[in-house]
Amino acid sequence: MARDTVIRVRDLAARFGGRTIFEHVSFDVRRGEVFVILGGSGSGKSTLLKHMIGLYDPAEGHVEILGQNITALTGAARRALLRRIGVMWQSGALFGSMTLAENVEVPLEEHTRLPPEARALVARAKLGLVGLADAAQRLPAEISGGMVKRAGIARAMALDPPVLFLDEPSAGLDPITSAGLDALILQLARDLGTTFVVVTHELQSILAISDRCIMLDKEAKGVIAEGDPRRLREESENPVVRAFFRREVMA
Amino acid sequence: MTSQDESQGTLDARQEGAGFRLAFQGRLEAGAAARLWPQATRRAAGARPLILDLSGLTALDTAGAVLLLRLEGLAAETRWEGLPPGPIKAMLDRTRQALAAPAPALPPPLPWLGLIGHATVLRGQELLSRIAFLGEAVVAGLGTLRRPWRLRRSEVLRHLDEAGLRAFGLTALLGFLIGLILAFQSSIPMRRFGAEIFIPNLVGISLLRELGPLMAAVILAGRTGSAYAAELGTMVVNEEVDALRIMGIDPLAWLVLPRLLAAMLVMPVLALLMNLAGLLGMGAVMVSLGLSPAGIIGQLQQWLTVNDLLGGLFKAAVFGLAIALVGCRAGLTAGRGPRAVGDAATAAVVGGIVSIVVLDGVFAVLFYRLGW
Repeated sequence: MARDTVIRVRDLAARFGGRTIFEHVSFDVRRGEVFVILGGSGSGKSTLLKHMIGLYDPAEGHVEILGQNITALTGAARRALLRRIGVMWQSGALFGSMTLAENVEVPLEEHTRLPPEARALVARAKLGLVGLADAAQRLPAEISGGMVKRAGIARAMALDPPVLFLDEPSAGLDPITSAGLDALILQLARDLGTTFVVVTHELQSILAISDRCIMLDKEAKGVIAEGDPRRLREESENPVVRAFFRREVMA
Repeated sequence: MTSQDESQGTLDARQEGAGFRLAFQGRLEAGAAARLWPQATRRAAGARPLILDLSGLTALDTAGAVLLLRLEGLAAETRWEGLPPGPIKAMLDRTRQALAAPAPALPPPLPWLGLIGHATVLRGQELLSRIAFLGEAVVAGLGTLRRPWRLRRSEVLRHLDEAGLRAFGLTALLGFLIGLILAFQSSIPMRRFGAEIFIPNLVGISLLRELGPLMAAVILAGRTGSAYAAELGTMVVNEEVDALRIMGIDPLAWLVLPRLLAAMLVMPVLALLMNLAGLLGMGAVMVSLGLSPAGIIGQLQQWLTVNDLLGGLFKAAVFGLAIALVGCRAGLTAGRGPRAVGDAATAAVVGGIVSIVVLDGVFAVLFYRLGW
């Protein structure tokens, strides 16, 4: 498979009120890979993700997705690019007044002219894919945390975007549900060639799904490691990386 | 995959015997699927055989796969031809698998008698829950009377400030305008009988006995009742109320009693302010109509009694208690999810206003019987 670059992050810096979260962050994400952004609490993982999807404007640098600078795009061009990415939020961010099926239909209704019958079938297919076919008519408040995450993935995939961003997909889930979610991510990446950018600090999940990763650090205010997480675990000389992968207490 | 690319999928439909051959070319994605859906489903309905020729397909997404599977479902007999292996076949197989589970059946609608019964049971449960909440509040109140140090005084002061002090401007403005409007409106019919001199009596009694407490209560319901419901509703959604219970703290004593007390204390003050501002508004109109300030004060002294004022202030305190109870209950019984807080705030305002009007009716009968 041609491993061309889907996302290019160059010299990115995030600052809020004069406080630097990270700076000089550069990396590439290749087509079809599961790329993990990891790091401890407060290292700026979710902030980096929000910069990558164009929600925050960078203090410095830029992010290119599918060859286009997301922060520079406006209007119809930005809308066209946003259609080609899907985001699963940490909290699920499902619309509370809509059933799961209606939640999945929202992007279809907004971005396509599919007839209602087709939208309903696509929503059913997406929910079936994440194992929620039976819960299609239930409200988000009526389902468990794991189901909310899976429904969030189904909604993010509604338009079959080539790039999916997942913010802490395993957070708050039991190991079995978390492993199921990891299997789903791997299946989608393998079958559809979908590129995944996953923010997580769940060690088992990182080792299970990640092709490559970067690690952010609060003290270094940037990337302290990049590569295959299994190799980083074995070979990294950086004490923070070693402590993270081996669950050691830092001196 | 721009929208232009997506529209590239095309369909060539030809009759073959008793059936149809549908040959898809190019990218069969959401845009193309939407465009081709009516034509393709029309041809496929009941076709025997339906030949789906996919040899010209270059890309397929879920919407395209759903279209193909829908066509298969509509036809009496389907033959697949030229299905390209790889991602297109994988997408079709995956979508077929995902749609294999039957759609969940919706529960059958209740018959009309069932609907009435269901609504009656729900209303009954709601009423019982209101009575239970009132009982719990009384128990919590009695408990605090026995252990008064448990009352969170800082919270009472905070709510006195929020419900009272910060509402002074609005209350004074509305009171002044209401007094002014009442005086103007009553001056027209009163003048016909040469009875303008009695306008202060009319406005004074209306304000002190009825409108002062009632309008102050409407302000409290809109400003404070809804705020109580929203604040407590958010705490329920964030599981803060559960946390209190688990810590062995009664949410009613901790959260509700300070609010009840504050609303009950603040309402007579707001009603008094409303009365005074209203009398000032009335006075301004009367002066403009030629009556002297001393004459207005004389009329008021002659006709208004302390009982009029005290009765009104007592009503105001009860209204405050009712509004706070309704608001707190709406907040504490809020459901989960983002709509819950909005629903709780609406329930607090509507319930608060209904309860003060009902209570006002009760007071009217009571005062009449007592000869006040």
